[in-house]
Amino acid sequence: MAGAASLRQIAFYGKGGIGKSTTSQNTLAAMSHYFDKNIMIVGCDPKADSTRLILHEKAQDTILSLAAEMGTIEDVEMEQARLWGKGLFDKETPGGWINCTESGGPEPGVGCAGRGVITAINFLEEEGAYDEEGLDFVSYDVLGDVVCGGFAMPIREGKAQEIYIVMSGEMMAMYAANNISKGILKYANTGGVRLAGLICNARMTDKEYDLALELAQRIGTQLIHFVPRNNIVQHAELRRMTVVEYSPYSDQAREYKELARKIVYNDMKIIPTPISMDDLEDLLLAFGLEDEVDESQVGKAAEA
Amino acid sequence: MGPETLEAKQKAAIEEILKAYPEKAAKNREKHLGVGTPNDENQKTCGDVRSNKKTVPGVMSQRGCAYAGSKGVVWGPIKDMIHISHGPIGCGQYSRAGRRNYYIGVTGVDTFVTMNFCSDFQENNIVFGGDKKLGKCVDEIEVLFPLNNGITVQSECPIGLIGDDINAVAKTKAAEIGKTIVPVNCEGFRGVSQSLGHHIANDAVRDYIFDGDLSHIDISDVTPTEYDVAIIGDYNIGGDTWSSRILLEEMGLRVVAQWSGDATMKEMALTPKVKLNLLHCYRSMNYISRHMEKEFGIPWIEYNFFGPSQTIKSLRKIAAFFDESIQAKCEEVIAKYQPMIDAVIAKYKPRLEGKQVMLFVGGLRPRHVIGAYEDLGMEVIGTGYEFAHDDDYKRTKEEIFRSTVIYDDVNEYELEAFVKKLQPDLVASGIKEKYVFQKMGLPYRQMHSWDYSGPYHGYDGFAIFAQDMDLAINSPVWAHSKAPWEKEG
Repeated sequence: MAGAASLRQIAFYGKGGIGKSTTSQNTLAAMSHYFDKNIMIVGCDPKADSTRLILHEKAQDTILSLAAEMGTIEDVEMEQARLWGKGLFDKETPGGWINCTESGGPEPGVGCAGRGVITAINFLEEEGAYDEEGLDFVSYDVLGDVVCGGFAMPIREGKAQEIYIVMSGEMMAMYAANNISKGILKYANTGGVRLAGLICNARMTDKEYDLALELAQRIGTQLIHFVPRNNIVQHAELRRMTVVEYSPYSDQAREYKELARKIVYNDMKIIPTPISMDDLEDLLLAFGLEDEVDESQVGKAAEA
Repeated sequence: MGPETLEAKQKAAIEEILKAYPEKAAKNREKHLGVGTPNDENQKTCGDVRSNKKTVPGVMSQRGCAYAGSKGVVWGPIKDMIHISHGPIGCGQYSRAGRRNYYIGVTGVDTFVTMNFCSDFQENNIVFGGDKKLGKCVDEIEVLFPLNNGITVQSECPIGLIGDDINAVAKTKAAEIGKTIVPVNCEGFRGVSQSLGHHIANDAVRDYIFDGDLSHIDISDVTPTEYDVAIIGDYNIGGDTWSSRILLEEMGLRVVAQWSGDATMKEMALTPKVKLNLLHCYRSMNYISRHMEKEFGIPWIEYNFFGPSQTIKSLRKIAAFFDESIQAKCEEVIAKYQPMIDAVIAKYKPRLEGKQVMLFVGGLRPRHVIGAYEDLGMEVIGTGYEFAHDDDYKRTKEEIFRSTVIYDDVNEYELEAFVKKLQPDLVASGIKEKYVFQKMGLPYRQMHSWDYSGPYHGYDGFAIFAQDMDLAINSPVWAHSKAPWEKEG
């Protein structure tokens, strides 16, 4: 098992397009800047967008693209695959530092992205990335909900022990959150991974806060933070920056600081109790997001 | 022909062979071919060849895969464990019992080496994952073969692709049955050859044998002595380890463990208490030897039991590590076998003198058997490894006596072309190459599993080795290899 005993390994999961990469980078930036935490980001998404705001870059060279270029993974050097954060997150500047890696992966429709995640994490372990002096956190940013064993790699024994699920008040985001809880449940008994909270990245849908809170309680966890929608996040992103760096005194930076504080001092880590699909639908119904189905109308076309 | 012209001829052969390739392939292969000269300090490796790199696509390589390196080489011969080939049936069945790792025991009762245990993956297991099936395999094994002392799970390619967590299954089931279960993540697509499989398997030994819970293995009845040694990296092919250990025992040492030919878990568990590790196959077990040195302070030395010259040298090297009583007994052993060796050499040397050999084998033989041929008056004019690293080629430099063609990861085209150009009297390589050369009318010995013969290690082994080489080279069959209408007159 790699890394010091005090090392905390966390992972951000969530439905595609929910804002995982943005939320995770902004949160990690706050953890590093305000709470002096030293962090390694392991992007586990073929899109490779988990580190761009820290690096001020479009996308860094991924471990797997380097392996493809060199011929085999054994030929890749750590210095090529791991970059140090820019600006606030450099090793030289005060506060914590962040270093960045991306697993990368194949083009859509070919190959096996799941295996890519396994290959990349094995590479980082073998090259000693987890043994970096002073490293406090490793954070995995993982594509979608758990689709195959490869994407569950970060929650196996000896890897991430705390999972944060990024979600919103939309039906599919909640469905994904529940699904990810099932994945965590599978590994919780053998490995020791725990669900550490839902992060609601608000879409400003109806009764969003209440719904997120209710789902969190049903699954047995906490709604660790409700991140309101704010365009400043997009403004910062256009400059390939986190809000923490772009506008440290903005309301939104304070939100991320608060989320960061909650994660740093989080002591609620549980084995989730995912709910059934029917219960999930009932939940949406109870909050008026879905209408009661009139069974006599099912399967009938609209009247002309 | 003197050595100067030989070297020129060898270099010309390499150049000629590279001409057949497209530019890119030629540039790659050029780095893997060279002429090794014994006393050239400028050569970093023997012949300055590069090694342990990805094979050029499109050529027929003789390499194996990481699964072969773990299941077939390191773990497979451990006789009281059951080794599950985890995945579809092919890998397990085609790697079954082919390596001739001899062992003592009742197969299917207390030993299991020649059996094929496989989880036999089907479409459904790929789609839904095979963790449950693996758990079931363990349960069935416990019912049908209760005398097993442990289980290893050898991952085939699909396991790594679908990301099954065999480590978690192993942990749960091991706690349940109270025995060791070793998950080995040796998927065939990892690395460039079987070499990475050896490394992965060595790491698994470290994590699950040395650092694992071995409370079900009772070692309290064995009291360590000052003369305990372990044989590391001898797979008992055709009985090799047995013809080696008798020599060590005759000189007063106690062989506590054999890694891993005819080995048991108990022997492995005893190894951390030995005084010296004797390493035969450096490539496949240097990792665990280094680990034992670091962790338990056990020194290790390399030795070579092929042919009397190297055997005598090695026996003295081993004895020098111990006190004078052992050293005296070592000389007695050497003296005892000398008449036998003299007789073997007197019989076969006249029949084999001056014959030239080309080798292409795996872990240690491309350099270790050179001395055995030289004892018979034969000369190795070309040699190469399937999966060696730089350190193997550095060691090869010490074994050659004049300029020798060195070919790393040689493919079927190159080997055939080299043989045609250099015209050896004997080709000694693996099963895949055998019939190509025999059909060309060339004597051939299969040097992976000794062509259904052996052992070749130690004094007893040398007698068989000499006889086999004579059988191959001087067989009357070669007089009939030309069709009547092609004969002169």
